Amino acid sequence: MNIFFALTIACYIASSLGYQAYVVFQKRVIYRIAMIGLWTGFVCHTIVIAMNYVEAGYVPVQNIHETFSAFAWAVAGVFLALQIRFNLMVLGALVAPVAALCTVIASILSKPQIQMTPLFENLWRTSHIGAIILGNAAFAIAFLVSILYLIQERAIKSKKRGFFFRRLPSLKLLDSMGYSCLIVGFPVLTFGVIAGAVYSQMVRGRVWSWDPRVIFGVIAWLVYAVLLHERLAVGWQGRRAAIMTMAGFAVLLFTFFLRFLG
Amino acid sequence: MNSRTTASTLNSSILPEKKKIVLIGLNHKTAPVEVREGLAFSSEDTPKALQTLREFPIIDELLLFSTCNRVEFLFTTEDVSAGVEAIKDFLARFKKTPRQAFEQSLYLYDGDDAVRHIFRVASSLDSMVVGEPQILGQIKEAYRYASDYRTCGVILNRLMHRSFSVAKRVRTETGIGDHAVSVSYAAVELGRKIFGDLEGKAVLLIGAGEMAELAVEHLVRNRARPIFVANRTFERGVEMAEKFKGTAIRFDEIHNYFKQVDIVISSTGAPGYIVVRDDFKGIMRARRNRSLFFIDIAVPRDIDPELNRIENVYVYDIDDLNSTIEQNIDERRHEALRGNRIVDKAVIQFRRWFESLDVVPTIVAIRNKMEDIRQKELKKTLATLSSASEEDRMAIDRLTAAIVNKILHNPTVFLKERGHKDKKTLYVDVARRLFHLDESNDMGRGDS
Repeated sequence: MNIFFALTIACYIASSLGYQAYVVFQKRVIYRIAMIGLWTGFVCHTIVIAMNYVEAGYVPVQNIHETFSAFAWAVAGVFLALQIRFNLMVLGALVAPVAALCTVIASILSKPQIQMTPLFENLWRTSHIGAIILGNAAFAIAFLVSILYLIQERAIKSKKRGFFFRRLPSLKLLDSMGYSCLIVGFPVLTFGVIAGAVYSQMVRGRVWSWDPRVIFGVIAWLVYAVLLHERLAVGWQGRRAAIMTMAGFAVLLFTFFLRFLG
Repeated sequence: MNSRTTASTLNSSILPEKKKIVLIGLNHKTAPVEVREGLAFSSEDTPKALQTLREFPIIDELLLFSTCNRVEFLFTTEDVSAGVEAIKDFLARFKKTPRQAFEQSLYLYDGDDAVRHIFRVASSLDSMVVGEPQILGQIKEAYRYASDYRTCGVILNRLMHRSFSVAKRVRTETGIGDHAVSVSYAAVELGRKIFGDLEGKAVLLIGAGEMAELAVEHLVRNRARPIFVANRTFERGVEMAEKFKGTAIRFDEIHNYFKQVDIVISSTGAPGYIVVRDDFKGIMRARRNRSLFFIDIAVPRDIDPELNRIENVYVYDIDDLNSTIEQNIDERRHEALRGNRIVDKAVIQFRRWFESLDVVPTIVAIRNKMEDIRQKELKKTLATLSSASEEDRMAIDRLTAAIVNKILHNPTVFLKERGHKDKKTLYVDVARRLFHLDESNDMGRGDS
């Protein structure tokens, strides 16, 4: 295994533990360390991906190993970017483990030699997969934020403030963060779907196919389209929006597994 | 050659007995309110008491601290039991109460225990509601009186400044003040968890009542606005609206306002619910699903609890708020344990300073410092004098030792003198500062 990749995994794991400890002990120092760990991991990860690109000559999102790795990278990246605006410290406790888990899975999975055909150099395929990974990362974070929202909403509605009430931010912040993820994720996902259609047209000569992953991909897109519409048109927010965000991600996840299992 | 001084060589000269820090008082835990109210010192009483006690020869420095929950005398003396008797006599005379009436309730601390107690009081660890923030202000005021009437000296000045910084540390480093323990604070805390920021959140107050008004005031302080007030008697509503710089509305209009306000505080004397779930059809849609927070302080309740089931609507009644407060008090107790650890450390630090305030260790420290300087300079000079004979070197050594001794003679005699007993601590303190004996001099006046 590449030394940088090993370092990436180590940083992500250390950062996960740090964020968990921060949630429990609420010490700012621990949070700083966790944050630095995640940044370091992300930088190492970026180096790994750049090295792979230079070595192989294609954007490394072709096999399942690369996909997991790229997804982890995108999740960490989107989180760090959002962190600049929202500073939702607790979320790291969920995001860092996701990044750690995905990189660990990637390290276990074999790296099948890619048959370098001209097809794989195809710009459309790469942008299709790249955009979908990025969109998935944004929605993964929306999913995690929604979990936090539901926990906090439950605490306030049931009037039983448990462990999380004090540690989680306001409902308003959680809701608008989920909304931001949607606003970022949806155009990217849309672009990914279009790129997929273009690619399909080029390779198979038709835009649409009754392939289950295409169908589920479009269903996921529709779920998010409805959610975005409701948010914009009637000001949907809160619990219902959180549940729908989670449902959309469940479909996305299913689609993702279909790609490799189906 | 080295003539470092040790304490035992100086102890033979008997010095006046060392001052002790003593605290005597009673509080809400030891005395019922009937006793406390009989002994409380008002802002007119305090100066009189300080002026009287200042003349007592047995009391050296003094601070008198009185709130509705406690009356405490903090003083320094050379004779603890005589000092305590003097205070008890004074209290009985000044308050015209027989000693038996309060003697049982008094607690007495001296030395480290007194220091610890005052640190704990200032940090609000000894308060009835642990973590309540007013106590520090009250102690500062007591200290201001003592300063104005010049009853504080070197020891209490340092002790009080130290108390303020300990209190500050406890507040910032533990969660002791984090949790709302009154209805209006709990309402604001919940509002923050729902809305994030209360700035610009519209508030509707229905009815009147002290608790409801306090809650509105607290929301206004957190920049919630505009404020609407609805009262069954419109004139009363107008009056209250003026108080909060808000708008009075008619009581039967309230349902229209549910479309635009964010927080509703209700406190009417109505026998049944004034807002029920059926009234709410279409309102959330009109609000574009923005959250709505009901605080129902009325008994019997004004707001149908069923409303809590509507998405993005949160209803808290008085019991809900009270149980939140109870949970918070538990949390504070837990944080108080951490506060006590901070206090314990500070007590040890203070003791170190206090012990050094004695004449003997001060003289020892000055002599040792001078001797260190002499040795260092001697070594430097002799190293350059390669031509000097052993005899010359001895002569130089004797010369420097004699100079040091001559210079220190008068200060030593002065510090040991018995005559100026009142000022002794002051002189010792000044001497330590002049010779810069306390490395960590950051715990002095500088940190207030």
